[in-house]
Amino acid sequence: MSVFIDKNTTVVVQGITGRDGSFHAKQMMEYGTQVVAGVTPGKGGQKFEGSVPVYNTVADAAAATGANTSVIYVPPMYAADAIMEAADAGIKLIVAITEGVPVLDMTRVHPYVKEKGARLLGPNCPGLISPGQSKVGIIPGRICTPGPVGVVSRSGTLTYEIVYQLTRAGIGQTTCVGIGGDPINGTNFIDALEAFEADPATKAICMMGEIGGTDEQEAAEFVKRHMKKPVVGFIAGQTAPPGRRMGHAGAIISGSSGTAAEKIQAFEDAGMGVAKRPIDFVELVKARLN
Amino acid sequence: MNIHEYQAKELLRAVGVPIPPGDIATTPNEAETIARGIGKMVVVKAQVHAGGRGKAGGVKLAKTPEEAKEKAQAILGMQIKGLTVEKVLVTEAVDIASEAYVGIILDRASKKPVFMVSPAGGIDIEEVAASTPDKILKLPIETRYGLMPFQAMRLGFFLFDDAAKARTASKIMQQLYTAFMANGCSLAEINPLVVTTAGEVIAVDAKMVIDDNELDRLPVIAALRDESAEEPSEVLARDASLTFIKLDGNVGCVVNGAGLAMATMDLVKYYGGDPANFLDIGGSSNPEKVVAALQIITADKSVKAILFNIFGGITRTDDVANGIVTATKANPLTVPIVIRLTGTNEEIAMKILTENGFSASKDMDEAVQKAVQLATGGQAS
Repeated sequence: MSVFIDKNTTVVVQGITGRDGSFHAKQMMEYGTQVVAGVTPGKGGQKFEGSVPVYNTVADAAAATGANTSVIYVPPMYAADAIMEAADAGIKLIVAITEGVPVLDMTRVHPYVKEKGARLLGPNCPGLISPGQSKVGIIPGRICTPGPVGVVSRSGTLTYEIVYQLTRAGIGQTTCVGIGGDPINGTNFIDALEAFEADPATKAICMMGEIGGTDEQEAAEFVKRHMKKPVVGFIAGQTAPPGRRMGHAGAIISGSSGTAAEKIQAFEDAGMGVAKRPIDFVELVKARLN
Repeated sequence: MNIHEYQAKELLRAVGVPIPPGDIATTPNEAETIARGIGKMVVVKAQVHAGGRGKAGGVKLAKTPEEAKEKAQAILGMQIKGLTVEKVLVTEAVDIASEAYVGIILDRASKKPVFMVSPAGGIDIEEVAASTPDKILKLPIETRYGLMPFQAMRLGFFLFDDAAKARTASKIMQQLYTAFMANGCSLAEINPLVVTTAGEVIAVDAKMVIDDNELDRLPVIAALRDESAEEPSEVLARDASLTFIKLDGNVGCVVNGAGLAMATMDLVKYYGGDPANFLDIGGSSNPEKVVAALQIITADKSVKAILFNIFGGITRTDDVANGIVTATKANPLTVPIVIRLTGTNEEIAMKILTENGFSASKDMDEAVQKAVQLATGGQAS
C-alpha cells in the first residue's frame, strides 16, 4: 500500500517535450511509472520516445488516455494556467514541479483546484514516489526502497538525504511526498499525515519542516489530536537569520514568527520524536517501528 | 525584493493615492533645491531597506531650504543597521491630526491577500496586533473577485466614523489593492495614513515588498532594484544564479538545495562551529556555478574552512567536482576544503577529485565535523 500514487497511477506529463519534462518523463518511465500521455501545445500527434502520445491540451490527453494524474514541468509564468488546465480536464492529482511561480497566481489557482475536486502537490516540489510502484516527479528512484515508513517534506535534497540514510539502514518507505517550499501550496503536512494515518502499510512517519509560516505547528496539533501512528520531525533553518528568504520562497522568519525553535517546541508538545540531525531519523524511527 | 519608500510612493501616486509632493536627492544641494521647490516645511528621510529609520536619526524636519541642505548633509552617508544612506527623500511636511495603518499582506494561512487596517497607526503594527488586537480589522480578499466596494467601505468605516473620510479611505484601499496586484507585491502598506489638521486623508509613508517570482514578467519593477543597498557578494551571487546569504561565522558552505543548505548550516552549529553563509547552487548545477560559488566564498576573509555538501539527484556530482578543480587551479585556495558528495555519478566525481589531490567523504556528519575542526583549529565550542 501507499498514499496518493500506486502502480495503477496513470500520468500525463505537461511540458513533456521541454528540457526538464523530457528528461524526467524518461526517468519516470524507467522507474516503471505508467506515463500514458504528454502535453505540449502545437506538438499534438507526435510520439515521445516512440511510444507516448503527445496532445495539444490536457483535455485531449485525458479524454484519449484516461490519465488520472498530471505532472507539470512548464516554465513559472505558465504554471498556474497549466495547473488550472489539468484541474479543468478532470485530473485528480496534479503535481507541480515548477519553481518560481508567482505567489499571487497561486491565490487564484487554489480555490479553482478545490472547486474541481482535484489534489494539488506543489508547486516548487520534487513530487512523490511510492517505492517499487510509481514515481511522479523528480525524486531519484534508486535512493528509495519499499517499506513501512511514510515521508513528508517541504524540501527536495534534504528529503533525499534522509530517505537515503533510512534506506541504507534498511528502513523502507511506503510513499515519500515532497509538498514543496512555496508559501502558498496545495497539499500540506496535515493532508499527508491524514493519508498516512489511513494507509495500513504505513507504520511510522518522518516529517521534515523548515522555518517560515505555521504549517508545522498546525501539523503538530493534528498529530496530537488525531494520529495514532508515531511521527518523527525535523526542522531545517535553526541558524537562519530573521527576515531573509532562505532559498525557498516560504522559508523566511517574519518578525518573530516562523522560527525553528517554536516549531521544534510544537513537535515536543505533541509528543513527537525530534531529530536534531538528519541522521537521527534512523534511530528514532527504528525505536518506533519495534 | 524590497523597494524604497520613494519608489513605493511613486507606484501609489500612479494609481491615484494622495501623497505629499517630494523628490529624491543624493546630495545636500539637491535636497535644498527640492525643498525650495516645495516652498514649505519639509521632512528629509533616509532611503534604506531598514525599519526604525526615525529612531536611528534618519528622518528630520527642516523649516527652510538651507536647513533641508544641512539635514541632508547629516543623513547622507550615515549608517542605519549596517546600511549606508545613499539617498534621501525630501517631502512636504504635513500637520497631523490623526494617524491610521493600512496594509495588505500575502497571507500563507488563508492563501489570500489580507487587508489589515487599524486606527492606531504610525507605530509597529505587530505591537498593535499583540497588545490591542481589537484595534485591527483583518479582511482576506478573494483575488478572483478583487476588493469589492462594500469591503472597501467596511475597511474605511473601521478607520473613520466620519462618512466623507471613510469614503476617501475606502477609495485609497481600492487604489492600494490595485497597486498591490499590478506590481506583484507580497506586502504593501501605508503607515501612517494621516488625517491632516485641514481634514485631508493622505499617505505619509509607504512600503512595498515585491515577490521575487514576479520580476521576470514585471521588468519595470525589476529595474527598481537598488544594488547599492545590498551586500555586494549577494549581488554577485544573484548574477551567477546562486542563492547566497552572508552570515557571521567562519565555515563557508556550498550546498545543493535550500533545505539541505539550511540543514548543513544547522549541523555546523550542532558540532560547535558557525556557518559563514547560506549558499544554494541549485538543481542543475554546471561547473561555472561552482566556480562562482567558490569565488564568492573565498572573498569573505572570515572564512577559515570551506565545506561542500552535495547530494546528487538532478545535480551531477562530477559537474561539481570539475567546478572545484577548475576554480582552485585558477585561484589556489588559502583555506582548507572539505568535500562531501554522494549520488549521481559519484564514482566519476571521486576519481576527478582524487586525481587532482582532493579527498572526499560520502558522509555528511563526518564532513561537517572535519570542517568545523579545521575552521576552529580544534577549538570548537
